Amino acid sequence: MKKPKVAFFDFTCCEGCQLQVANLGEELLDLLGVIDVVEFREVMSEKWEGDFDVAIVEGSITDAHGAERIKKIRERCKVLIAYGSCATIGGVNGMKNGFDLGEIGKYVYGSSYHFFPTEETRPVHDVVKVDYFVNGCPIYLPEFKEVLKAALQGIPYHVPDYAVCVECRLNENVCMYEKGVSCLGPVTRGGCNSWCVNNGNICYGCRGMVSNPNQKGMKDVLTRYNVPLDQIMNKMGMYNRCREKK
Amino acid sequence: MHKDMSINVEYLTRVEGHGNIVVNVREGRLEECRLDIIESPRFFEGMLRGRPVFEAPHISSRICGICSCGHTLASIQAAEDALGVTPTEQTIKLRRLMLNYEILDSHILHIYILAVPDLAGAKSVIPMIETHNKAVRRALRMKKEVNNACDILTGRHVHPITAIIGGFTKLPRTGDLKTMHNLLTGLRGDTEATLELVSTFNFPVFERETEYVSLVSDGPDYPLLSGDLGSSEGIRMNKKDYRSMTNEFIVPHSSAKHTKLSRDAYAVGALSRFNMNYDKLHPLAKKTAERLGIRPRCTNPYLNTVAQLVEWAHCLEESISIIEELMRSGVDYSQELVVGVNEQKKIPVRKGSGVGAVEVPRGTLYHNYDIDENGVIVDANCIIPTNQNLHNIEHDMEKLVPEIMDKSQDEITLALEMLVRAYDPCISCSTHILKVSFVNS
Repeated sequence: MKKPKVAFFDFTCCEGCQLQVANLGEELLDLLGVIDVVEFREVMSEKWEGDFDVAIVEGSITDAHGAERIKKIRERCKVLIAYGSCATIGGVNGMKNGFDLGEIGKYVYGSSYHFFPTEETRPVHDVVKVDYFVNGCPIYLPEFKEVLKAALQGIPYHVPDYAVCVECRLNENVCMYEKGVSCLGPVTRGGCNSWCVNNGNICYGCRGMVSNPNQKGMKDVLTRYNVPLDQIMNKMGMYNRCREKK
Repeated sequence: MHKDMSINVEYLTRVEGHGNIVVNVREGRLEECRLDIIESPRFFEGMLRGRPVFEAPHISSRICGICSCGHTLASIQAAEDALGVTPTEQTIKLRRLMLNYEILDSHILHIYILAVPDLAGAKSVIPMIETHNKAVRRALRMKKEVNNACDILTGRHVHPITAIIGGFTKLPRTGDLKTMHNLLTGLRGDTEATLELVSTFNFPVFERETEYVSLVSDGPDYPLLSGDLGSSEGIRMNKKDYRSMTNEFIVPHSSAKHTKLSRDAYAVGALSRFNMNYDKLHPLAKKTAERLGIRPRCTNPYLNTVAQLVEWAHCLEESISIIEELMRSGVDYSQELVVGVNEQKKIPVRKGSGVGAVEVPRGTLYHNYDIDENGVIVDANCIIPTNQNLHNIEHDMEKLVPEIMDKSQDEITLALEMLVRAYDPCISCSTHILKVSFVNS
């Protein structure tokens, strides 16, 4: 069987998700045994002009150039995987959308800000069709492998749609609210094995909201622990700003 | 002899981020040498405004995946400086360990995946899986094991979880210390093999007198996490004065912010630190330097890769020592923190301004925040190592191109690509660098 051609691309992001892939270690060689990586700018000089089977895309679309590029990539690939928060939900890049774009440009680049054209941050699926999503900032490697396997076999992958709390409970963590700090676990998609809470930190909502959040339950939690709603909304604004459409 | 030559390397590969090299030679004269940055701007400094400073380390870690521990540490340092928080001795020890892990991880990635293919005459690391299988496996193993050690300490190397303002949310248990110790001591053999491999390479010969900038200190340690700002021209100043150290300016033909100090440009990174603080390197690192034939002051930028290997030896041995100290003294678990965004006001908040200056793999990284009386960020500024090196790279190219003008265009292109790659530029995190080429019509 011919090995499927796979290409990695990045848009506006920190490139941490491709680094996570590199962190597979020697397992990476097993992966390379079943796929043919034709383009991966960060580690390869080789460039590929033809079509490919799978495009793995990191980063948000934040300018016209990026929008054009992702459309061309979409035309050349059979399957497109968006991976990482920037690609799947806009992620931290979305915080930009809370500002006037001219103002924030001027703040960072001074009077030459108009040389840095920028648009409102969009996740990849707001621009082109996305076939598979790997959420998280950064991606959780076990999930990435699962999605890649599904994509290569042409079978669907269902992104977990239950709250981080489900996994957090299984991991027997003491609830962050019990420790006196607020956490976005109750409304954030699981699938990360409650990575941050296992390590003593709170959930920041990097995997995006569950599709049907238990709003009443969340309100009860906030009332019980005396957490103001705007504090939670402000926290949501870190990764999930792109949910709000102007 | 080429009378006219135009080199345009689009999407320079094997650097983190998007860069172009542009060289124009007309009638045998070099007219222009540029490193264009075409990464989309990300506006982190703008986005940090209005966020609680307790979120800053989490957010600014996302500036760069490779240097996420470094950004976290610089951000924490700036925030603690503004808040007036003094970290405990144990916290400082663990932060040094965290920074060492990042330097180890990043240097091995650069040496093997980004630089070695050029020196081995390969297109990339991918064909080297066939031709240099043992070396590729070694590289992936070294990276993985450092990554595993970092995961134990920080929860995750890419965007660390446990390091926060005030200390750590989770501290390594006795078993964790043992595992990290085993992982690191297990890397000594691979370090030796890497040294043998790198000593077989012929690095391009090129020299240019350069001003080197790095942290300096009067203490005994090789300064990475803290210190004053120093330069090889004898300048020394407090980190508070970082703006006078970097002197950001806009180049007439571009909008990229560049930096300079005593000369037209200065360099930061492994080679700078090696030149500035050689005496404080671990004895084994000095031995590594001797075996690789590199001595301070070294002015060949291609040897930045060699300096990285010297630092690898240093950081590995220092990390092992830190872990052994912790094993002996024991870890004080009462220092484990639950802070969140400081909603319980466990850490007293005040109005202030703070600077963080940390040596990350590619050089000195600065974060500077002004916060209001509620601990909300009013102003933020970050100066990234690659940003500081850009101008120096262009000056290197300007000296290099005339020296190699009689070579073929392919050879010149490769020499320039290798030069840029030697600096290990991390363009994705250079929030200030993006160049518009509209003059070169």
